[in-house]
Amino acid sequence: MLKKLILAAPLSVMLLVPNVEAAEKIKVGIVITLTTPASIMGKQMKAAYEVASDHLGGKMGGKEFEMIFEDDGLKPNIGKQKTEKLIKKDKVDFLTGYIWSHVMGASAPVALKAGKIFVSSNAGHSPYAGKMCHKNFFNAAWENSQNPMAMGSLLNQRGVKNLYVLSLNYAAGKQMVAGVERTFKGKVVGKDLVPMAHKDWSAELAKVKAAKPDGVFVFYPGSWGPAFFTQYKQAGLNKTIPLYSVFSVDGANLPVFQKRKMDHLLGTYNTMFWAPDLDNATNKRFVADFAKKYKGQKPSHYAAQAYDSLMLIAAGVKAAGGDAKNTDAVRKGMEKADFDSVRGRIKFGKNHFPIQNFYAREVVNKNGQWQVSVRGTVVKNHAPVMSNECKL
Amino acid sequence: MNYILLAEQIFNGFQLGIILFLLAAGLTLVFGIMDLVNLAHGTLYMFGAFFAATFVELTGSLVLGMILALPAMLVAGILLEVIVLRTLYERDHLDQVLATFGLIIFFNELFLVVWGPEGSGINLPPYLSGLITLPGGITVPEYRMVIIVSGIVIALLLYFLVSKTRIGMLIRAGASNREMVGALGINIKLLFTLVFGLGAVLAGFAGMIITPITQAESGMGESILILAFVVIVIGGIGSIKGAFIAAMLTGLIDTMGRSFIDVALLPFMDAVSAETAGPAISSMLIYILMAIILAIKPSGLFPPKGA
Amino acid sequence: MNFKILKTPRGIYNSILILLCVFMPFIAPVIGQEFFTDVSARIMIVTIAAISLNLIMGFGGMISFGHAIFVGIGGYAVGIFASHGIESAYIQWPVGILASGFFALIIGAISLRTRGVYFIMITLAFAQMMYFLSVSVEKYGSDDGLTIDARSNFGLSFFDLSNDLTMYYTIFILMVACLYFTYRLVNSRFGRVLRAAKSNDERMHTIGYPTFGYKLTAFVIAGMMCGLSGLLTANFESFVSPDIMFWTFSGELIFMVVLGGMGTIMGPLSGAFIFLFLSEILSNITEAWHLIFGPFLILVVLFARGGVDGFFTKLERRND
Repeated sequence: MLKKLILAAPLSVMLLVPNVEAAEKIKVGIVITLTTPASIMGKQMKAAYEVASDHLGGKMGGKEFEMIFEDDGLKPNIGKQKTEKLIKKDKVDFLTGYIWSHVMGASAPVALKAGKIFVSSNAGHSPYAGKMCHKNFFNAAWENSQNPMAMGSLLNQRGVKNLYVLSLNYAAGKQMVAGVERTFKGKVVGKDLVPMAHKDWSAELAKVKAAKPDGVFVFYPGSWGPAFFTQYKQAGLNKTIPLYSVFSVDGANLPVFQKRKMDHLLGTYNTMFWAPDLDNATNKRFVADFAKKYKGQKPSHYAAQAYDSLMLIAAGVKAAGGDAKNTDAVRKGMEKADFDSVRGRIKFGKNHFPIQNFYAREVVNKNGQWQVSVRGTVVKNHAPVMSNECKL
Repeated sequence: MNYILLAEQIFNGFQLGIILFLLAAGLTLVFGIMDLVNLAHGTLYMFGAFFAATFVELTGSLVLGMILALPAMLVAGILLEVIVLRTLYERDHLDQVLATFGLIIFFNELFLVVWGPEGSGINLPPYLSGLITLPGGITVPEYRMVIIVSGIVIALLLYFLVSKTRIGMLIRAGASNREMVGALGINIKLLFTLVFGLGAVLAGFAGMIITPITQAESGMGESILILAFVVIVIGGIGSIKGAFIAAMLTGLIDTMGRSFIDVALLPFMDAVSAETAGPAISSMLIYILMAIILAIKPSGLFPPKGA
Repeated sequence: MNFKILKTPRGIYNSILILLCVFMPFIAPVIGQEFFTDVSARIMIVTIAAISLNLIMGFGGMISFGHAIFVGIGGYAVGIFASHGIESAYIQWPVGILASGFFALIIGAISLRTRGVYFIMITLAFAQMMYFLSVSVEKYGSDDGLTIDARSNFGLSFFDLSNDLTMYYTIFILMVACLYFTYRLVNSRFGRVLRAAKSNDERMHTIGYPTFGYKLTAFVIAGMMCGLSGLLTANFESFVSPDIMFWTFSGELIFMVVLGGMGTIMGPLSGAFIFLFLSEILSNITEAWHLIFGPFLILVVLFARGGVDGFFTKLERRND
């Protein structure tokens, strides 16, 4: 028995030995969720990074680069550990990915302390756009309050006067509600923030019915979405009250909704900084190539953000003449953001968050495939409200 | 006071209670008779959900799919018992907790791999998708009424089984005094397998019947499992009657809490604080109730006699 | 202490573990795996939590599914004070440890009135309550967590936790202190009463020992030690979130204690080491690594119940 243990030890150490390769490749470490049900988002993002890599021809600024993917298992301590591993063992030049605010909260300081440039491809934790901004911290997605603020404006535009708000009782859920309430001018006739283990909205839907609002706003991402929307229809509310959502109906779960025949979602509105049919050349190419890489599906915003993250990094490296180790030059290049994003051309604020438009999108059935389609701009060149708290 | 809303919330509380009862009944039997702490009971709930979803998809019929899933649950339960759980009867509770914890980890991953991260769902046929209007303007979704009714039917069947049949007598005897039953020459092994199978079918049925509402996903068993344990502790381990009453109580308290606590807090604090405190308190209510019961009557509200 | 122990296979194994911990900051860079140092630090911090759980579970027979709460209390003590600008260790640490002890007193006083599976359930319930409570309190980050800008400040120029090496050896020394403390405690009169209560509570009552008081004391001590683990986690990770209080972490701690060998002094270190090491290796092999890990845990429970320590015992018997 002891003999077997002694033999197994070097074997297991070998698994941990780094690949000693041509050390000149630029390395991008990517921490996303590839296990648990939330891997739906992570897998789309991985495909999008790969599409971006293909479009770049595997090179940034003329130098070859490679991507190293790690799974955070939806846990902040694991995300942090993988971040440390990417920095110390794989010696990456950039860190990106980071779907969740708590994973990012644990991991970003590590990367920033090590002098690496960090690009969040999703987590939009507000303090990082304000007081906690950092010269090496970039966000290629949005700040948490932006999208719901756009939704508030959309609700005003569509004449909603009495709103019922439904969300989840955790940080992001509360920030969504705060965002909507910031811009919505009508009356909030009811509000329910349900606990995260919650999957049955019978009580809340009964309250919605009693409150008789002329619009319902929801934030039910991931697996809460299918459960909630099913029950909304079962309660008969889809016939009487229009549904508005953020982050709940998108490219990642529309295939599921279509499969489960949730027809009542067709015609509902949501807001986002992008849609797959946004009319520019980069986006068209991205959407087409994404479908080829990923089961013929339309990309979600997670994928769009991932694509833009890699392109942003590439733009920085290009400006530095391929020298990824010259962090100052790369940073300046990233701040200029001289690249074609799937959103068109965007600028970044001094807090390194995008200043971008938000669009109204309608859920439609186009050529037998359910997708979200642009229906006008809700707000132009929106910057996070706490941007001036950033002392950069 | 909106009486329609109150009435509808009471129905909702009943429906949650029914689901909890189905889970708790199996759990309390298994624990009471076999002295087995089965953390993987929630996994059986998940089995039912996914099996039913698959059968419904294959047959195209909700009813047929669910009917086929029931024997599948029985087989799965028996297999699990024979292969893994049987070895645990002799062990102490810690071993049972750990081994069944390992089962949870394994099966959550297996279902994720086989059915994919997006999970699965069951669509309701049109004849079950409507609303029932009761006198007074109270509306209840048809399907939820179906759940309540089937749950009551099963509760009655279980009651009949446990109090009026010979098997039921053995079950009650086993819950009160296991050694005696063995000493009287009853085939304990067979009894245990049957009881576990019954528990598995009940849990599986709860899982499949709730799926058209909440969908099937990996890990769906764990959060409701904790509630089920709370229910059997409150009701008294080994007692079906206790499980029923405790389940209904829990369902009502949880639903009422979620619906009305933030309003009830308004006289004591401002709206913003009530908004935050409300959900926090309502999620803790059930545990507070359990703590109180354990402090006052540690064996639960209706423990089986001789326990 | 009997130093002949060190010549046995068990003694050699345990010594190697300790030596690995001591020298890892020097070995790791040499083999090109700097991040092993961080992994070791993490293992040692978790070991402290496991030691405290082993105290009540392995020696006292109390299976607590809520032990992770105290990690959270210690962690948030650092986090909350830091967010208000109070970085002094002389405030954070005593408050963290005392708060852990206080909560342990309350939770223990209620839970220890029950036994067996009821005890498991009620500790689980408390864990859930604490978790939901911390997720609801927005001021301190809710589930986004709390970033901690600076490590606890001891105000001493020669002892600065922001120096990674100092942090590492502080964790090591505290872990060894906890191991030694456990050794002395379980071999004292108090410890003997506790162990006797584990094997036969009723008999202890009949000979006049109020086991409730002893168990509660042990529970509070364990709570405080676990709070220490939380203080160190918050410092080391510069981050704390409600995740660390989730009941599954308590389950993992229980596993570590069993893996290493319940009711042994060095068991927790072994257990933490194997558990975390194995998770790391398996997750590199496949994403679906839980398919392997789950059955592994089951097999350990069924066939290697004594854990690593049990393995050495069998070895010794064979050599006798």
